Amino acid sequence: MKFVKNTFDKLRPQVEKGGKFERLYGVFEAFETLFFVPAHTTKNKGVQIRDAVDMKRLMNTVIIAMLPCLFFGIWNVGHQHFLAIGQDAELLDKLIFGAIKVLPIVVVSYAVGLGTEFVFSAVRRHPVSEGFLVTGMLIPLVLPPTIPLWQVAMATVFAVVIGKEAFGGSGMNILNVALTARAFLYFAYPSAISGEVWTVVPQNETEIVQGYSGATPLAIAAESSSAASNARNTEAEMLQKKADDPSESNTILYNEAVENAKALNTKSLVLDNMNSHWGSKLYQFNSMFFGFMPGSIGETSTLMCLIGAFILIVTGVGSWKIIFSVFAGAYGMGLLFNGVGANEFMLLPAQYHLVIGGLAFGAVFMATDPVTAAQTEAGKWIYGLLIGALTVIIRVMNPAYPEGIMLAILLMNVFAPLIDFYVVKANKNRRLRRATV
Amino acid sequence: MSQHIKLKKGYNIKLQGAAENRIATCEQSATFSVKPDSFHGIQRPKLLVKEGDKVKAGTPILFDKKHNSIMFAAPVSGEVANIVRGEKRKLLEVVIRADKDVEFADFSKHSISEINNLSREDAAKQMLESGVWPNIVQRPFGVLANPDEHPKSIFISAFDSHPLAPNYDFLFKGEDKYFQAGIEVLKKFTAGQIHLNIDAEGEVSQMFAHAKNVQLNKISGAHPAGNVGVQIHHIDPINKGDVVWTINPFGVIQIGKLFLEGVYDTSRLVAVAGPEVQKPAYYKTYTGANIENFVANNLKSDHVRFIAGNVLTGSRVDGNGHLGFFDNLVTVIEEGDKEEVFGWVLPQFNKPSFHRALGLMAFMNPSKEFRVNSNMNGEARSFVQTGVFEKVTPMDILPTYLVKAILAEDYDDMESLGIYEVIEEDLALCEFVDVSKHDIQEIIREGLDMIQNS
Repeated sequence: MKFVKNTFDKLRPQVEKGGKFERLYGVFEAFETLFFVPAHTTKNKGVQIRDAVDMKRLMNTVIIAMLPCLFFGIWNVGHQHFLAIGQDAELLDKLIFGAIKVLPIVVVSYAVGLGTEFVFSAVRRHPVSEGFLVTGMLIPLVLPPTIPLWQVAMATVFAVVIGKEAFGGSGMNILNVALTARAFLYFAYPSAISGEVWTVVPQNETEIVQGYSGATPLAIAAESSSAASNARNTEAEMLQKKADDPSESNTILYNEAVENAKALNTKSLVLDNMNSHWGSKLYQFNSMFFGFMPGSIGETSTLMCLIGAFILIVTGVGSWKIIFSVFAGAYGMGLLFNGVGANEFMLLPAQYHLVIGGLAFGAVFMATDPVTAAQTEAGKWIYGLLIGALTVIIRVMNPAYPEGIMLAILLMNVFAPLIDFYVVKANKNRRLRRATV
Repeated sequence: MSQHIKLKKGYNIKLQGAAENRIATCEQSATFSVKPDSFHGIQRPKLLVKEGDKVKAGTPILFDKKHNSIMFAAPVSGEVANIVRGEKRKLLEVVIRADKDVEFADFSKHSISEINNLSREDAAKQMLESGVWPNIVQRPFGVLANPDEHPKSIFISAFDSHPLAPNYDFLFKGEDKYFQAGIEVLKKFTAGQIHLNIDAEGEVSQMFAHAKNVQLNKISGAHPAGNVGVQIHHIDPINKGDVVWTINPFGVIQIGKLFLEGVYDTSRLVAVAGPEVQKPAYYKTYTGANIENFVANNLKSDHVRFIAGNVLTGSRVDGNGHLGFFDNLVTVIEEGDKEEVFGWVLPQFNKPSFHRALGLMAFMNPSKEFRVNSNMNGEARSFVQTGVFEKVTPMDILPTYLVKAILAEDYDDMESLGIYEVIEEDLALCEFVDVSKHDIQEIIREGLDMIQNS
């Protein structure tokens, strides 16, 4: 420690005001404060003692809460891979395989992101914020394991520069930085982040087990739903055709269409399709809750997200109101759709919405970002409920975007200040009413 | 119509070294001082004495050009030893070398019934001349009370909930007669109520419990329950245009003594407390005392910070510095100017914290008393964490939004978000718990100044 201290002391004159590298003070401070809580004392006036908490500890708590998701994700990447190639593998093999795929993504995200932060710290002369320590971990966890590393780097730079620094740095940003990265990839390089990218499979298809499909539950649900509605459309079309021209061939076609539609016309079509997915029991509720399914690296396991949620709630770092209300909003919307039942996806039992896709991960780690979430206590309820409800709406009503949580959170990030505006206005009005009575 | 206000929000910071209920003896302080900075709203102080002048207790020392009827008087008799000025010749303090025995300036004496018959104008005149007037603090803004103002009510908080705060029962033992007389005088200044707010959870002395001509309200809850601003918010809130006066029990007693005995008597008990004090106890002295004798041979370590007042709202003074006009407490804590290796990630068992982020163990042991130091425990950052200020502010006020409105110099928002209802001390806990280490109290005062001068 003495050596570290001496090194910092030696460097300090260079980066302090008037020094050769004074622009790098923020970077210097970032590294120094990583080792030492500085000797700063409180001012002569004002509070004379300060709470033991600081931003680093707060962010560190979030990172710790994400570790279960990361470790499970690493294992699951290996697990899915070996399932797909039909090999039995030991725990260690799966972990090693997963680590080889996942850790480079994490390293790239951190290295590129922190590098960008350092550049901005030097140019804008603001301290390097701890916020990226969390963002840098969130970005890999919401990406598929097959993502090319250069795309990770691009997305990270985009998110930090446009999502955060353009607004003035940490604490000033409107959109969740990690989701900005994901949204960037989603719209700029859709082929790398949609379709069958969720499992690492060999290039050579002969090595893959027969019947393999990389589709996620969300994709299956969307596909089943549109298949059923297509079948119904065809049936109606054929009926029309038969009426116009009651030839034999048309009758046969019509009967086929009726058969087809009938086959798909079951209330539990989505569930049936999930259950008959190639991997045995891959998409049963329990399996999905535990997270044994393909998906983004960190978001498959609802259980791991709940462990993270437990850490965030017990430590008071994440808002339990937001976490709870996102789940409640999604479940409520799921039930409502069950009642409407206009298509097969709507009929998916509501609890399934909570375990498929990234809902749990988004609710626990993304929606709770205090900077971009609603900041008033009443606002947090509204914000969370709307995220949950919107997620399910986007999933069910718009098959073009199978994962709704990303867009729902980004959308509500934009609306959070509006929610707060009305909550604050209510506070002002209470004061005003009191004065006029 | 007494009220019982139950506050759910707030936080008690428990510190080692609370003063025992006993009066320790030490040599009487050699010097006493009057500091204009004890008060808000003094803009151009004018001195009435020069170095070498003899003064009695109650002799006017200075006044403010803006409120030229309010006199600030010498707390003890003696000789003006030193007039201390700071940057731009700003008057910092007037130091008086005290006589062995205090000689009092003469003011007219009244019996209880004479007090009742006294007119408001005569009462005000005597209070203004004698130096007791500055005890009255005017809300909004927490400034010197304007003698021409008619406050809608007067508030007295009968307990102090700050960390290591002195025990009022002990502080004011046997002063019942003067307290009641003070109330009678104050009654002349408001058509509304005098609210006397007592701690619902602690023992309440007879002086408060049996006070007459007041509305007795009970307040329960953690700090800042004892802050008069919080009490006003719940009992008779300040709206735009309202004026409320606040005064602490010591001020009421001083007013009572002025009228019953005809003297400006600043003798008081001062608690000397804090984790670094060997024998925390009370000392008998006068307002504005030099703290040197209280702490001499009474410290556990030598690298300490002396605080005039408490750890939340007090200000740092030198080891031979003086207390301010309102101070009844000297807190001594360790100076925290040393680095801590990996302090942000290691578990912290020995630092108080409102938070429970990983490694902060204070919440596991809610009754533990801490030995604190003055370290910032982190670096200043932008606002990130939300919802925490609200948990330590038992008022229907959104502190983060108020602070941001001040930083943005948005006068309309400051007003509508309730700046009239707070002064620094009411949001001091926000400053303590702030993850981003803002100077909340300084910001609040800037906002108050902005509104006041607009």
